[in-house]
Amino acid sequence: MSDQHSDHDISKHVRGYLIVFGALIIGTVLTVWASRIHFGAEGSNTANIVVALIIACSKAFLVAGYFMHLISEKKMIYSILAFTVFFATGLMYLTVWSMEPTNLIHFK
Amino acid sequence: MLRSALNNHPIKIFMEIPYTVKPRPDTGLYNAKVGIWLFLASEVMLFGALFSSYILLRVGAAPGTWPHGLLNVPLGTINTLVLITSSITVVMAWVSLKMNQFGKFRLYQAITLLCALAFLCIKSVEYHDKFMHYQILKTDGTYVDGHLVEKTADHVTLNGFETKDLSEINEPKHGEHHEHKPITVPTAEIKKIGNYGPWHNTYTAIYFTLTGLHALHVIGGALVIGFLWGPGSKMWKTDPERFTNRIEVSGLFWHFVDLVWIFLFPILYLL
Repeated sequence: MSDQHSDHDISKHVRGYLIVFGALIIGTVLTVWASRIHFGAEGSNTANIVVALIIACSKAFLVAGYFMHLISEKKMIYSILAFTVFFATGLMYLTVWSMEPTNLIHFK
Repeated sequence: MLRSALNNHPIKIFMEIPYTVKPRPDTGLYNAKVGIWLFLASEVMLFGALFSSYILLRVGAAPGTWPHGLLNVPLGTINTLVLITSSITVVMAWVSLKMNQFGKFRLYQAITLLCALAFLCIKSVEYHDKFMHYQILKTDGTYVDGHLVEKTADHVTLNGFETKDLSEINEPKHGEHHEHKPITVPTAEIKKIGNYGPWHNTYTAIYFTLTGLHALHVIGGALVIGFLWGPGSKMWKTDPERFTNRIEVSGLFWHFVDLVWIFLFPILYLL
């Protein structure tokens, strides 16, 4: 959130907030609807997981970008978040990597 | 303690906390905002660790043991909508202060608090349902799964169904619904009995851990918002800009709580 917004700027943003609110509701309905349809091959729910995560990430982008004003933030915040993204991605990567049975960590 | 050289009275030193309103020249931000983002960064790692635990547990689960359809999707959907509504009211409360409309701020934050309360009430209903949901393993190897009707020293009655195959309970085939009816099991025939609390299996353990931690965040956020709505709002009269910044910071935390739920809902309720 830029700290130097005028009242006029803010009232312009209100319309944007309401559009994001509507999009989030649609996204929620879409998430439930998509979960009732089986995508991909029989016996595998990989495609359903991918679809659900795409919708969740889109909703997260709307909340973080517009409600938390990350699309117009200062460099300092982006620097903090760059570290967070690096470590959080590393954590997830290590988790997924450790599940691969051919990895060296599984050899005794 | 410092004392006056004239009369030896203690000297109180008042130091103003810097950059509560004006942005700090090097960061371009007021200090509380940098602080909340650093805190949120640590929160991402906290929930990230739990999400990665979820992935490990789920992928490592033996076929037929990871439950599906155990949670109430309509209630989860309503809770998602409740949190989204609270997110817009939080941001509108901040907008109201920026536009010098204190009355509207109070109204929007009151709705936020009601949403927080509604979320916690719905979550309590869901938790209660899990604590009343029992599974019995009989001495003949049959499972009885359902909600508790009666529990005495002689017998236990569940409203549910009976099966020999555990995967029928955990992974019901799409569109398949077992007919629920009251089943009474004499105590002598019970080998093992337990409810769907966190101790039931790895799914309920991670479900209660993730949603419980999230609910604690909802309670924490609601307490802060409640304080700033009530007694803390006096600051609006003395230092409106600082008060507005406080609302912004509490709002950032609240949006983060919403953000976490956006991921929790599909992975726990739908997938």
